[in-house]
Amino acid sequence: MWLRLLLVVTSMALTEMALTDEAGAYTAYVSNERSNTVSVIDTNKWEVVKTIKVGQRPRGIAHTKDQKYVLVAVGDDDTIQIIDTATNQVIGTLPSGPDPELFVEAPDGKTLYVANEDDNTVTIIDIPSRAQIGDIQVGVEPEGMGISPDGNVLVNTSETTNMAHFIDTSTRKVVASVLVDARPRFAAFKQDGSELWVSSEVGGTVSVIDPVKHAVRQKIEFKITGMRPEPIQPVGINMTRDGKTGFVALGPANHVAVVDGATHQVVKYLLVGQRVWHMAFTPDEKYLLTTNGVSNDVSVIDVASLKVINTIQVGQLPWGITISQQ
Amino acid sequence: MVRPETVETISLLDQPAANNGTAGAQLAVRDNNTTGRFLDQSFSLEAMKLADEADPATVVTQFADRGVSFVLADLPAQALLRAADVGRERGLVFFNIAATDDRLRQEDCRANVIHVAPSRAMLADGLGQYLAWKRWRRWLLVLGSHEPDKLYAAAFRRAAVRFGAKVVQERVFEDTGGARRTDTGLVQIQSQIALFTQSAPAYDVLVAADESQVFAPYLPYRTSEPKLVAGSAGLVPSSWDAAHDQWGAIQLQNRFGRMFSRRMTALDMQAWTAVRMVGEAVGRTQSTDAAKTFAYIKSADFALAAFKGRKLTVRDWDLQLRQPILLGDGRIVVSVSPQEGFLHQYSELDTLGFDRPETQCHLQ
Repeated sequence: MWLRLLLVVTSMALTEMALTDEAGAYTAYVSNERSNTVSVIDTNKWEVVKTIKVGQRPRGIAHTKDQKYVLVAVGDDDTIQIIDTATNQVIGTLPSGPDPELFVEAPDGKTLYVANEDDNTVTIIDIPSRAQIGDIQVGVEPEGMGISPDGNVLVNTSETTNMAHFIDTSTRKVVASVLVDARPRFAAFKQDGSELWVSSEVGGTVSVIDPVKHAVRQKIEFKITGMRPEPIQPVGINMTRDGKTGFVALGPANHVAVVDGATHQVVKYLLVGQRVWHMAFTPDEKYLLTTNGVSNDVSVIDVASLKVINTIQVGQLPWGITISQQ
Repeated sequence: MVRPETVETISLLDQPAANNGTAGAQLAVRDNNTTGRFLDQSFSLEAMKLADEADPATVVTQFADRGVSFVLADLPAQALLRAADVGRERGLVFFNIAATDDRLRQEDCRANVIHVAPSRAMLADGLGQYLAWKRWRRWLLVLGSHEPDKLYAAAFRRAAVRFGAKVVQERVFEDTGGARRTDTGLVQIQSQIALFTQSAPAYDVLVAADESQVFAPYLPYRTSEPKLVAGSAGLVPSSWDAAHDQWGAIQLQNRFGRMFSRRMTALDMQAWTAVRMVGEAVGRTQSTDAAKTFAYIKSADFALAAFKGRKLTVRDWDLQLRQPILLGDGRIVVSVSPQEGFLHQYSELDTLGFDRPETQCHLQ
């Protein structure tokens, strides 16, 4: 009863804040794996305006669809914490399985799917009641999570099994498994649902998968002049809403690859900070922010000019990032 | 195939569990079968212990008669060669998960033996690179009097030359026999080690080659001068460390710990890796044909993720698995080689061990 009351109050406060904010200013939340904090960045000033203490080993981080909360997986505490975006305080937890890492929200905003690295399952959580409502057996070390725009197909990648598992969200059954290169880390659908991209960190490729035929259509390969293939380890993938451009974070290669969404050819490599893993667009898609784990910073890419325009120091080992839509 | 002898160790903590090695293989079979569920494949494992001085040929023949394709060998070099040569006629492929002997990758290499265990040269190079990176270039090399100790010492001498270090002096610690464990032994050891290490030329680090576990663990804190120890004690190079938790390794360590209620050793990891190599190849080729699987493992397409920050592949000139070398102090992983700055035109992992131009292996 008390909790529900609190929620109403905070959502009002958020509306007020949104009205007074300058146009084009968004808030980015960065999980710092080693510091056990989340850095809050004002995208107008490009600076950290607040640091929120969270649980142990924060990694996967995302806004809820209604923008009221930021969810952050704190793996070593075996839970997902809820940050209220109005107050920027941790207000509760969601019951994930052990060692949650990445998660994805259903388009309706009610269901959360969590990859639990440690026990080969995907946990299903009902967000409003904050309760576990099921789990799905997948391969060894589930990690990447993607969901089709219509919410019907959930994709989970398992790092040691080296597969993308296609799960029917209504029956919660694995309907197909597609082999990809070694240690798949991340899965992302194109906005129109026509393609699924899966990054293979150790294999060094991104597989473009046909989500209907469940077959690899093409493999994107990366080659940076003067660099050995080993440090080229693709992890995060972000595609523009029109599907024309994809960005792939290349880990210890310290570059982000810009990929043509139609031909799947790399058109440019952008030098960012060290060990770049995850990324997020501002809602207007003017900027793409990257988390650079080893250099403890966030790079800001200007999407139109494909240039790195800023660097923001955050906590130690920044891992994931999410940006508000308002 | 599991080696027979009991291992004597100086530290109780180093006493191998009865399922050392086989546990790693069991976990990998389970991991393969989790994947296999989605591919309609299943894997099984059987462990066979050899009696002391038994001829492995008998067991190999039995395996072949029953249609076994892949054998994980936890055998000393000579027994491994015997097994491989008998098995070759029957089409058996062996994974060497234990023997570090360089000759198995050099003049005594075999076309049906894949080396998952790192060689002595790779271990010594992994340590040598780190010592070079630290600029600890003056080494006092202390070796045991047994044959494996001499071979390990040779690998350290080679590493010193490769990475610009200098062995300022060598000393041999004679194994005069006697028990590893006595009730009041420490009193004597304390003065023995001090005496043994005194009057050495100026050195930065004492590098010990003692595979037989006769003296090396006694060296740290007991040297005549306050010196660092590396090699068979102190900073130890290996393929795996019970404390290794980077690059997702924590998940493997947790799975292993839950299944066996103990920590994962290098031998466990080497066995895990071998079984995963088979699983990976069978999954990729979608074929249970042993020849196809073996060909795929040897091909440039093969790559295995094994929690070491980069893919593991197979050297085509000697069938050695390329792998980073972990340097542990017994509590944590201090560093992982190859070190930054040791460059290579093909793979930095080939800065460890015998590279293509140095090979004496003619696979047959």
